[in-house]
Amino acid sequence: MTVGVAIQAVGLSKWFGSGETRTQAVKDVSFEAAFHEMLYIVGPSGSGKTTLLSMLSGILRPSAGSVRVEGVDIWALDENRIADFRLHKVGFVFQDYHLFNKLTTVENVAIPLILRGQDWNDSLKEGQKYLEVVGLANRANLPPSKLSGGEQQRVAIARAIVSAPDILIFDEPTASLDGDTGRKILEFVRTKVLTEQRCILTVTHDDRIYEYADRILKMEDGRLIGSEKGGAHA
Amino acid sequence: MRGILRIGYRLLVNDRGKFIALLLGITFSVFLMIQVTSMFAGMMKKASATVTNTGAKMWVLDSSVTNVASSIPLPDYVLDAVRSIHGVKYAVPLYSGAGLVRLKDGTYQAVSILGLDDTSLFGRPVLLQGQISDIYAENGFLVVKDEEFGKLHNPGIGTEFEINDNRGVIVGIAKVPASGLFGMPTLYTTFSRAVQYIPSMRYTVSYILVEPASDAAIPGIKQEVAKLGYESLTEAEFIDKITHWYMFGTGMGINLLIMTGISFVVGLSISGQTFYTFVLENLEKFGALKAIGAKGRELVYMILFQAGITALAGYGLGVGLCALLIALAKFRVRDYASIITFNNLGMALGMVLVIASLSSYFAVRRVLRIEPFDIFRG
Repeated sequence: MTVGVAIQAVGLSKWFGSGETRTQAVKDVSFEAAFHEMLYIVGPSGSGKTTLLSMLSGILRPSAGSVRVEGVDIWALDENRIADFRLHKVGFVFQDYHLFNKLTTVENVAIPLILRGQDWNDSLKEGQKYLEVVGLANRANLPPSKLSGGEQQRVAIARAIVSAPDILIFDEPTASLDGDTGRKILEFVRTKVLTEQRCILTVTHDDRIYEYADRILKMEDGRLIGSEKGGAHA
Repeated sequence: MRGILRIGYRLLVNDRGKFIALLLGITFSVFLMIQVTSMFAGMMKKASATVTNTGAKMWVLDSSVTNVASSIPLPDYVLDAVRSIHGVKYAVPLYSGAGLVRLKDGTYQAVSILGLDDTSLFGRPVLLQGQISDIYAENGFLVVKDEEFGKLHNPGIGTEFEINDNRGVIVGIAKVPASGLFGMPTLYTTFSRAVQYIPSMRYTVSYILVEPASDAAIPGIKQEVAKLGYESLTEAEFIDKITHWYMFGTGMGINLLIMTGISFVVGLSISGQTFYTFVLENLEKFGALKAIGAKGRELVYMILFQAGITALAGYGLGVGLCALLIALAKFRVRDYASIITFNNLGMALGMVLVIASLSSYFAVRRVLRIEPFDIFRG
């Protein structure tokens, strides 16, 4: 069941370079994503998935078109307000996790709260709660480098959801994981992370996890070439 | 803001290898800079010892004099002329020279000799033993008990010696704030006895010590002395002149500059390179922070904070290390010349801040250029 429009992309296009090297990575893409929806964007390498995801999440300014999140045209905001938008509305799970090995696991999780200006100790307490959510409470004081790939993925998820964002961005969430671990992670995301008030956008190559998607958008050469229901509706 | 600074602090100190390398670079650099400049400051204090020990507010001298040990004698009429200048409270002659003392065991020792105005004994040292009036006794000399005192075989009151075939007798043992640069013991006597005992040129007044009626009178006195063809300097100006000569009239200034420059380059190359590497290694993480929502200026503050912490910690360690070594050296060699002055500390702090600024400048440029999109693109 989906409730309300979370993201509305209209006529999104992106060019890179200039002159003879000018290339168009995304071509006139329009779609909507709803709350409580897990939406996959799939396609071959170079099809423009990551560029599209970056424009949707307030990271890369589109050359044309607009992105509305909860009705707000995010690219009409100035740089500082876009940064605030990302901090308050979007949670990121990067392909390589990008955890700080010189900080403890719980400090990594608490980073978005600390960036929001929340008290250090309160942030760590909140971070500890989310480590419990992802089942890593006993790893709180270890550096991420001491954790397995699956555990690091869960730490990255805890960091992404600790500030209760409306939009979650997953960039190739299973790229560094074996099949079983990848499925467990997506099962966890589907059951524990996807809420009524949240929309999850996932870029992936991995067709083994299509079963967890509500909807799958297919891209090729920068264009949306189709949309189909995911396995979650099977 | 405090939170992101704390993240920066944790990232810095938890990367122990790099943090230690950064601290070592700054510490070593500060240590070298302060050590070199404090040695120079200590030597300049000694080079100006006669000026500071005498305590005259103004000195009249030949303008060709470069340092207090190389006096050019003034004609007697200059003393009379200076005394007649409006605003001069009093003016007295000072003899400053060197002689050879023959000790009881037949060995010779070079000494500095200061001849004080017979009437006022202006510029006399503080006596540890004896009476100042005994300086008027036959062949009377005061000896300064400093690090060079032992070179005269630790004389006591009544000890006799020979100076230019004249008999000398120690009638008092004195102390002065600073001992001289050239490692010679210092004797005080009256001006007339100094002139009598030490071979002199036609003119005998080395310097004229002037007490102005007030500070306001100083510029007028200078003008009048200049009209006589001589130079008059306040105590501070004379010390500056001596320092300037050692700095630029000898090779010391260039060597000081070279050593300080090398210390700066060492600090900059070690710390700058290490800090830049530290930032480069964390560049993707900084990009991730940007993607999460950290603003560019917050990351800049974080980097400046990291550089500032490193610089100040290294500065403190460098100063502490230098102070410790100087204290140890003075414990073994009491007359060791180095002194740490506020100028040394300020100069080293300025250099360290330049090192920190340059190091963080290049790091900040890289961090500001990293785009969150690059993190997605890998």
